[in-house]
Amino acid sequence: MKSDSFIMRCLRQRNFVIGLVLTGVVIAAALLSYVWTPHSPTRINVPGRLALASSTHWFGTDHFGRDVFSMILVGSRNSIMVGIVAVTIGVAIGVALGLLASAKRGWVEDLVMRMADFTFAFPAILSAILITAILGPGTINSILAIGIFNIPVFARITRGAANAILARDFILAARASGKGQIRIVVEHVLPNISNVLIVQATINFALAILAEAGLSYLGLGTQPPDPSWGRMLNESQTFLFRAPMLAIYPGAAIMTAVLGLNLLGDGLRDALDPRLARAR
Amino acid sequence: MISFTLRRLAAFVATLFATSLVVFLVLEVLPGDPALLMLGIDAQPDAVAALRTKLGLDRPPVERYLVWMAGLLRGDLGISHTYGSSVSELIGERLVLTLPLALIAMALTTVIALTLGVYAASKHNTIGDYGVMTATQVGIAVPNFWFAILLVLLFAVALGWLPAGGFPGWSEGPIALKSLILPSFALAVVQAAILARVTRSAVLEVLREDFVRTARAKGLTRTQTLWRHVLRNALIPVVTIMGLQFSNLLAGTIIIENVFYLPGLGRLIFQSINQRDLIVVKDVVVLLAAKVVVINFVVDMLYAVIDPRLRTAR
Amino acid sequence: MKRIFAAPVALALVLAATSAYAAKDTIVLGMQDEPPVLDPTQNAAAAIDVIFSVNVYESLTRIGEDGTVQPGLATSWTVAEDSKAYTFKLPRGVVFDNGEKLTSATVKWSFDRAGAADSTNPTKRHFGAIAAIETPDPETVVLRLKQPSSLFLSYMASGGAAIFDPKSADGNKSNPVGSGPYKFKQWVKGDRVVLEKSPTYRDQSKATIRQATFKFVPDAAAQVPALLAGDIDAFGTIGATETLDRFKSDPRFQVIIGSTEGEVPLILNNNKKPFDDIRVRRAVNHAIERKSIIDGATSGYGLPIGSHFPPHHPWYVDLTNRYPHDIAKAKELLKEAGYPNGLEINIKPPPFAYARRSAEIVAAQLSEAGIRVKIEPVEWAQWLDVVYKQKNYDMTVVAHVSPWDQDNYTRGLDYYYGYKSDAMDALMKSALVESDEAKRKGLYEQIQRKISDDAVHAFMFQLPRTGVYAAKLRGFWKSAPVSVTDLAAFRWVD
Repeated sequence: MKSDSFIMRCLRQRNFVIGLVLTGVVIAAALLSYVWTPHSPTRINVPGRLALASSTHWFGTDHFGRDVFSMILVGSRNSIMVGIVAVTIGVAIGVALGLLASAKRGWVEDLVMRMADFTFAFPAILSAILITAILGPGTINSILAIGIFNIPVFARITRGAANAILARDFILAARASGKGQIRIVVEHVLPNISNVLIVQATINFALAILAEAGLSYLGLGTQPPDPSWGRMLNESQTFLFRAPMLAIYPGAAIMTAVLGLNLLGDGLRDALDPRLARAR
Repeated sequence: MISFTLRRLAAFVATLFATSLVVFLVLEVLPGDPALLMLGIDAQPDAVAALRTKLGLDRPPVERYLVWMAGLLRGDLGISHTYGSSVSELIGERLVLTLPLALIAMALTTVIALTLGVYAASKHNTIGDYGVMTATQVGIAVPNFWFAILLVLLFAVALGWLPAGGFPGWSEGPIALKSLILPSFALAVVQAAILARVTRSAVLEVLREDFVRTARAKGLTRTQTLWRHVLRNALIPVVTIMGLQFSNLLAGTIIIENVFYLPGLGRLIFQSINQRDLIVVKDVVVLLAAKVVVINFVVDMLYAVIDPRLRTAR
Repeated sequence: MKRIFAAPVALALVLAATSAYAAKDTIVLGMQDEPPVLDPTQNAAAAIDVIFSVNVYESLTRIGEDGTVQPGLATSWTVAEDSKAYTFKLPRGVVFDNGEKLTSATVKWSFDRAGAADSTNPTKRHFGAIAAIETPDPETVVLRLKQPSSLFLSYMASGGAAIFDPKSADGNKSNPVGSGPYKFKQWVKGDRVVLEKSPTYRDQSKATIRQATFKFVPDAAAQVPALLAGDIDAFGTIGATETLDRFKSDPRFQVIIGSTEGEVPLILNNNKKPFDDIRVRRAVNHAIERKSIIDGATSGYGLPIGSHFPPHHPWYVDLTNRYPHDIAKAKELLKEAGYPNGLEINIKPPPFAYARRSAEIVAAQLSEAGIRVKIEPVEWAQWLDVVYKQKNYDMTVVAHVSPWDQDNYTRGLDYYYGYKSDAMDALMKSALVESDEAKRKGLYEQIQRKISDDAVHAFMFQLPRTGVYAAKLRGFWKSAPVSVTDLAAFRWVD
């Protein structure tokens, strides 16, 4: 068992494998859309609107006659990009704050944690609505709004995990060798908590995709002509009677991406921590 | 216990104060003029100016903040710009929809989650367990507004059994409940999926403990043990998550009430932001923040009830 | 009462059984937006007029289905020789729903209130023209104007000019009291407003509908099942125009496509580069193609327009071919104007489906002529602030629903069009003071041509009125020059 490579352990996790496949499909769709889509996703052709699925338009066309399959492909880019950037913001600032809190303890820790509590007291969606109302709707502003709410998540997790590591013996040894608190945290603590952070990042990636879809559904996220799954859902609602399938595809796409990332996160966690895997 | 309560109270006041300050500042930089919105594009500029004076919007920010805070302390939430009625009345009217909606959704969540969670744990590593786990994975990944649209497609558009949206008011009697069925399901499904997973692992954890073996040794059946001893002991993590979820549910109503066009608190806040009914936005945000703090407090109290050991530990 | 369910249900069944023999005398009308308050002198929301104007609140005049001014509360009026004084005759025995009497003093009180310095009436500017109000006797009101205005009588028809009883005026925002054929019964917020026939109205023979319910169904997807299920008898303007075909083939319904006063131009910021150059404005006019816009934004029901004038009006001049769709021509004009490689501009549409959809199609169409359009949607509050107030935009789309709003083109550089033309000012001035109908018609024809020649905007379509009504309903308006519902004219037939 000990000699197993990490990758082998991962691949024995059913969740991980399914997650990898689903996430892979979404990423492949995004990459593919840079080099090929069956039609232009922004090409408007009003006479051919609301067409049913056919060999030319695999998922039919929307209310402007745009090719839905192409829009779904290109829409994946948007979801992935929002997820990556929002989580990066959360990780970068959150981990820094969490490590700082853990290293300094005392009032610094108190302050960071109270700020995190405070952010949690606001419903994230409400704050996101307010932020986009001030800055205007758009991809970048919705990323900001989502990113801000990832900061306290990572700050809390980092601090908790870091405090546990700091209580271990090998830290004492490092301290004895004369290293400063910040240096210890960066050199010894961070590598030891990266597993936890990777798992959390995967899960928050999925949450960010859901949040972006929600904001776009409310009309506050990505704006036309760039395709976005959430906005496609919003636009489909008026046509539920004429073209119900328009509401199916983008939702299924969101679900695939989120499901894939969640499973990937679960699988990673189980592979990284075999004890947990048995307990579950 | 007293110092615990005092500390909680201090945190409560601090959170509310910080919230009020943040939301006030945020709304200060929010572009848009409530007076112009109310009077429309044909309005004469001096009529708009007169309305601004009437609404007190032309006074300096510090004064407006103090007036608002003084009102809040007296329990006076102020008068809505758009509706011209008192904000507390307005919130009351909306809560009679949102609160039942959230409670029904929470009840559905609990029933679905506990049933599925305990069932999966009792059938650990069998087909039944895998089935529940797969279903909950999918449930977590579904955006609730999409699930809402799917429900509308099936039950309103295709079958015509339930209304696609709107709410006729409680004066219509129990028929009004029909309008809440789809929204509460849409709200409950994702939450139930999360809670079912938590329940399952909590139950599995407890099942490994010694007293379970003792209980079985006493002659209790597996089912009796499960419901009498195990579930009670597994409730702590479940209640924690439920507390978080109730907060989430109220936030979730913002989107779900928009999908179903329900005149509840979530739609009120969304509309108030759009109509620049600033006083309503400020009040509701502070209220929501207060609610989160209160729910956390209630959850802590519930711990003490479920597990007497925690009472002394605090 | 609510606890005993069985009895009311049984009663309802009996009533339903008996009333099947009597003619139907109630109606449920669907509408998209709910009014925030119920007082048209406090808020400009059109939904207030849809429910209350003409039915509950009365103004001196009213606008008929054909757009002409008709007697409202005033039974008749005379205009002075110099067109600067209007003498209105009020009927005797007009009583408000609260029992108070309506006299000429009530009219004076209402107009003084609307024009007062601290007035917040949305139509306040209509009252600035009044120099003096005289009440020689309880049934006569004389309004003296500062200068003649051919539009004064139609202004007096607006909801903002409604005559209120002084005692109840402040309560009208939630408990409307009026003098019309219907009185306010109930407002269930978020769901409906109920009106019933007023027992104190002066002409009891007029209305046949006993009770009318206005039900709010904001969700376009929910409007269709509500009609199909019979919960709603009529929808004056249905949101999901894509579904109209479904009703056309259903014998239980009649689908009526009419016009409104809502001209929808692609609005160009005339006072800002690049649209301060008429060649660029004309290029845009050549680059758009109306058929696709109308099909995509209104399911094909909007009528094309070439200037700022409703096509259903007899004075309408068809200018839709003034700038034929011609990409080559558009490119040539751009080149002349110094943009051989095209240009980049923004469009800021407000959150109305027709506006957002037109903006998307326009952006795609203009790109073919080398005009790269960045779509920057704004919510309504931001539109009012950024576009309307600060004039910080290149293009936008919004319906102009007021009748006779061509005077917008004389509001100068302070107005968000940023359009200023002395010739136009002169034309408008003569049209406003001209009392001879034939001459006014000629002037308005010139105004339409001038707006089109100057390519102030790129005119797209007239907002359609897409109504679905129960097959047995009569008396409703096909077109809607103003947003009112004349309930007294509604009736059911067998």
